[in-house]
Amino acid sequence: MNLLQEVTAEYLRTDIPDFGAGDTIQVHLRVVEGNKERIQVFEGVVIGRRGGKESMSFTVRKISDGVGVERIFALHSPSIEKIEVRRRGKVRRAKLNYLRDLRGKAARIEEKRTI
Amino acid sequence: MKGLIGQKVGMTRIFDESGNHVPVTVLRAGPCVVLQVRDEERDGYSAVQLGYIEDGVRPESVNKPMAGHLAKAGAPAVRMIREFPMGGEDEPQLGDRVTVESFEGVDKVDVTGTTKGRGFQGVMKRHGFKGGGAAHGSMFHRAPGSVGQASWPSRTFKGKRLPGQMGNKRDTQQALRVVKVDLERHLILVKGSVPGAPNSYVTIRPAVRG
Repeated sequence: MNLLQEVTAEYLRTDIPDFGAGDTIQVHLRVVEGNKERIQVFEGVVIGRRGGKESMSFTVRKISDGVGVERIFALHSPSIEKIEVRRRGKVRRAKLNYLRDLRGKAARIEEKRTI
Repeated sequence: MKGLIGQKVGMTRIFDESGNHVPVTVLRAGPCVVLQVRDEERDGYSAVQLGYIEDGVRPESVNKPMAGHLAKAGAPAVRMIREFPMGGEDEPQLGDRVTVESFEGVDKVDVTGTTKGRGFQGVMKRHGFKGGGAAHGSMFHRAPGSVGQASWPSRTFKGKRLPGQMGNKRDTQQALRVVKVDLERHLILVKGSVPGAPNSYVTIRPAVRG
């Protein structure tokens, strides 16, 4: 292993479940307000993952009060308490940016059936 | 006395306690060996001469006068030797090892290295001049333009920015925050970038300011 990977290895998380574009996930985020820490949950559809190794990140999209909201998280961020996969989506591409132009019924994603 | 010779390993990013990304440069620093102690009386100034201990330096690659110099300190073959001014409380002895341990508790450092060589470059790349329009009959593209006035002063002022060698030059990046010190692997992680390419040699000293 090269030295750079050795250095970053201890910052990488191994407790992240396997998920990808199209999946609906819940991100439990640690939020510090003043001196209090609480957990904030962001639930939505993963519309893509990018980057590799220590730089990996993913984008989650949800519709909040009729407004599309997207958040980008660093996959290995220590601020993420946990990630829960709620639903596996059946999609045919790695980036679901087309969802931004769709709303309502058209923006639904079919569930992936596993035998 | 604090100072080390090292090598740039490369850049990466790590997380701090609050979950923010911190861009860091990983430096392999030391171990170094004290090859000579210079003092006021004999040399007119006080400093220590350090040699950088690294793998892959063949003993045959050291010439005889240098071999004798190294033998005095009981040091292995080294490729890089640098002097650091001494202004410390502890007196270094010939043959002492200096490691990254000496940088524990140091907040900021200056890192000196040789910048990547870019060869002979024009004024746009070297000094960031704007250049001219590319199309629509513009006949002025990447040229430096006028370099001065007319009959007075009848010369081009010194220091006028012109094309020339860019990079491959000694450069110091000041006041870089020490993010982490890894004693086991002899590494120092500093926030931000450092001159030079990976594997190039650098010297690390406590910051003079900041």
